[in-house]
Amino acid sequence: MSLTNERIQQRLTEKFGDVLTGFEEPFGLLTFTAQKDYNLKVMQFLFDDEELRFRFLTDITAVHYPERKNEELAVVYHLHNLQDNIRLRLKVFAPVAQPDVFTATKLYESANWMERETYDFFGINFVGHPNLIRVLNVDEMTYFPMRKEFPLEDSMRIDKDDEMFGRGGTI
Amino acid sequence: MLDQKQHIKLPEGSIEKDTQTLNLGPTHPATHGVFQNILEIDGERIVSAVSTVGYIHRAFEKIAERRPYYQITPLTDRLNYCSAPINNMGWILTVEKLLGLEMPKRVDYMRVIIMELARIADHLICSSVMGVDTGALTGFVYVMTYRELIYEIYEEICGSRLTTNIGRIGGFERNFTPAAFAKIERFLAEYPAVLKEFETLLTRNRIFMERTQGVGGISAERALSYGFTGPNLRAAGVDYDVRIANPYSSYQDFDFSVPVGTTGDSYDRFLVRNAEMWESISIIRQAMDKLKTLPDDVYHADVPAYYLPEKKEVYTKMEALIYHFKIVMGEADMLPGEVYNAVEGANGELGFYLISDGGRSPYRLHFRRPCFIYYQAYAELVQGGMLSDAIVCMSSLNLIAGELDA
Repeated sequence: MSLTNERIQQRLTEKFGDVLTGFEEPFGLLTFTAQKDYNLKVMQFLFDDEELRFRFLTDITAVHYPERKNEELAVVYHLHNLQDNIRLRLKVFAPVAQPDVFTATKLYESANWMERETYDFFGINFVGHPNLIRVLNVDEMTYFPMRKEFPLEDSMRIDKDDEMFGRGGTI
Repeated sequence: MLDQKQHIKLPEGSIEKDTQTLNLGPTHPATHGVFQNILEIDGERIVSAVSTVGYIHRAFEKIAERRPYYQITPLTDRLNYCSAPINNMGWILTVEKLLGLEMPKRVDYMRVIIMELARIADHLICSSVMGVDTGALTGFVYVMTYRELIYEIYEEICGSRLTTNIGRIGGFERNFTPAAFAKIERFLAEYPAVLKEFETLLTRNRIFMERTQGVGGISAERALSYGFTGPNLRAAGVDYDVRIANPYSSYQDFDFSVPVGTTGDSYDRFLVRNAEMWESISIIRQAMDKLKTLPDDVYHADVPAYYLPEKKEVYTKMEALIYHFKIVMGEADMLPGEVYNAVEGANGELGFYLISDGGRSPYRLHFRRPCFIYYQAYAELVQGGMLSDAIVCMSSLNLIAGELDA
């Protein structure tokens, strides 16, 4: 019998109890939130457990929710059990003032650059990462550009001198 | 043996060392894209490699947070530009999944045809460039004619060739023309012989085999740990294919097999890609047969609130004008939700993680770019090998700089 979302949830709650909250299934994908310090323990359990076998890391990314106090940054992991072909999504929330989250590089080699990318754009400090430096942006950058406090340029702005771009101005 | 170092007096603070540093890239002609690797070499042997990426980073994820959904399709073109239609379809399918739109079978099959043509075009480049990097230009020049034909088919369907922006949310912008069908038929009739000839040139070619076998090999376990997907993972012997594991766009209606390799080296990747091209040809043929059994005037779903109406109707019909206006201004009602959708891109699992808060643009959009994830393994793959093997290894991985840097 293949693994179901209910079974995964049951196994996880047995093991971790109140650490995991917010179980839901948007579009059939089991999603839940772990307490910040438990992300690695949960992933280790999902990796090692002979029934769960979530041994493929699909993706790591982050989301910035400025209005959530003390949990502004969400780190989102997508894991995949290739044998039973089932995915799950694990989230941990961290405060933007001190976004420390444990690294998953010991479990998955692929986490290395994914975490560097997440650090690069959101400033998540992956504790224990072997080489946490920027990967896509320039090293000199002093801010984390995907955070919501950096909006894109207002396309309706009128204070810009468009003459140099061939728009407006006099010919 | 004499220790030569004791006779050499290096000045204080000298940076002299036993190995030599070599910058491979970022604009080396053999790297096929903007890839930089700082290699430490001992003679011809690579001691270590450090990859630098991000030279053509264009912040698509940020830009997407300002654009209405239909305007994000052209951004996805510029990820893997060797198979842009697969990216377009992946994004469109993600939005359709969020909105819960069901496509008619004919649209699904038309999409399958486009995606498989794109897969062939992509694999064709990768396999033939491997030939070029090992010194065989003939195969490359020979098959380019047929990539050209595939681009002509795109042109017939959507008007552009490389960055296609093909398809719309809710279907296709227009029906396939008879000329497009004729070109697809011509491709199906002529291409198998060309692919056969291409394989004859390289597959059992002694020089090619010597240059690629055992180069850049990886075990299945390491490949999974490094997040390999697509042909590179299958070459290592893992039969994971998103088209089979999570069928989208009616792939479950098609009969095809997933070729796998054993050693995961460059030669196996080459073989897997060639075998996949044969499967793609078979899928396109099946799709063409299926299309003949369906009414030939359906090319979009009946979802006026999301599907951009035809211009002719916009000028003559009130409802079409209203919907056109709403969609173009980005005022179409989007549902809040969180969705991850993956398609089998030409080089791996291409995923779209979309969070919508119901606004005109995504709250957050993340692309899971397969080659960004597996390029990390490059340093391990080339370590201990020769410099010229590093070049072959890079082309066998099918790295696309646009996708890698997003």
